[in-house]
Amino acid sequence: MKLSEKRIITLVAAFALVFGVYPVANAMHIMEGYLPVQYCIVWGVVCLPFLVRGYFSIKKVVSQNRKSITLFAMVGAYIFIISSLKIPSVTGSCSHMTGTGLGAILFGPTAVSILGLIVLIFQAILLAHGGLTTLGANTFSMAIAGPLVSYGIYILCKKVKVNKRVGIFLAASIGDLFTYCVTSFQLAAAYPSDNGGITASFLKFLGVFAPTQIPLAIIEGILTVVIMIMLESYATSELIDIGYLKGEINNVKVK
Amino acid sequence: MSKSNKKTIIVLLLIVVVIAMVPLFTLKGAEFGGSDDAGSQAISEITGTDYQPWFTPVLETWIGGKLPAEVESLMFSLQTGLGAGVLFFFLGRYVERNKWQKKIRDKEEETYDSLN
Repeated sequence: MKLSEKRIITLVAAFALVFGVYPVANAMHIMEGYLPVQYCIVWGVVCLPFLVRGYFSIKKVVSQNRKSITLFAMVGAYIFIISSLKIPSVTGSCSHMTGTGLGAILFGPTAVSILGLIVLIFQAILLAHGGLTTLGANTFSMAIAGPLVSYGIYILCKKVKVNKRVGIFLAASIGDLFTYCVTSFQLAAAYPSDNGGITASFLKFLGVFAPTQIPLAIIEGILTVVIMIMLESYATSELIDIGYLKGEINNVKVK
Repeated sequence: MSKSNKKTIIVLLLIVVVIAMVPLFTLKGAEFGGSDDAGSQAISEITGTDYQPWFTPVLETWIGGKLPAEVESLMFSLQTGLGAGVLFFFLGRYVERNKWQKKIRDKEEETYDSLN
């Protein structure tokens, strides 16, 4: 068998694995009590440095300019809205989005981790959604890994001079998708399959999460672009203060 | 906001509505739900046993049972409402601020023009 043939077979096998599994689970946070204790602790500890850095970066932005706290609150509110909307998807189950891309683009990835943590605590306590024991794992996937990817993609798009709105769209939607890849990995690490280990498990969970999440990731990307257009038109001076925009835009004098 | 931006926003929002609503109409009879026990199914399939979570959500411990679906949807709408309230309150303030700032600018330009 030629090497290229082998590659094709592997690809097809992977494809079948991903899409052959009927999606039974809803793509959401890891539920309360569904991660073994040691994993809860590990993920929680992994989150700490990011959260601490996030706290300091927020403090820095706010101390430099008190007005930017309004924008920060709006970014948090956006995560509140977006992560509360359960949307039907093509696989016949519902899921919700993360909403963390906007904050990552505006305030940097670690600042969002604090906002994400607040939303996750709110959902864990009042909505019995996600959980306090799985808070660390969920914070890592939704409030740290997702925003990091969003931020990276946004910067990359800026570097290669992709249209700004396309960049924002890609950043938000891929960050959203990546969140659920991380969730799949976290579940797979805790529940490796008997035959195939973590990889087989990972593909199974990914097969459950990814198809549901793709249309939602597109929606999240679009909504983030919409909010950004609004902010750029009305909160110009704030965006300049936090360093997102530079100088004059849209022929509006900024003072 | 410029006219082209307004148009872009309307078109984008329409696309969002279409993406969100199409599955609902095309996949007739799909459940679109089964929130909490669904995730456990995937885990059970892998471990081969019925998985029992080792911790129940604190709210469910407090009320001594499962959170009623209606109350859960209330909590979710509360979350949406809080978020939308904060976001659009400040956005509204920004919109107004832009209006009066533009007014002041126009006035200043007028006085400047009349002085010359």
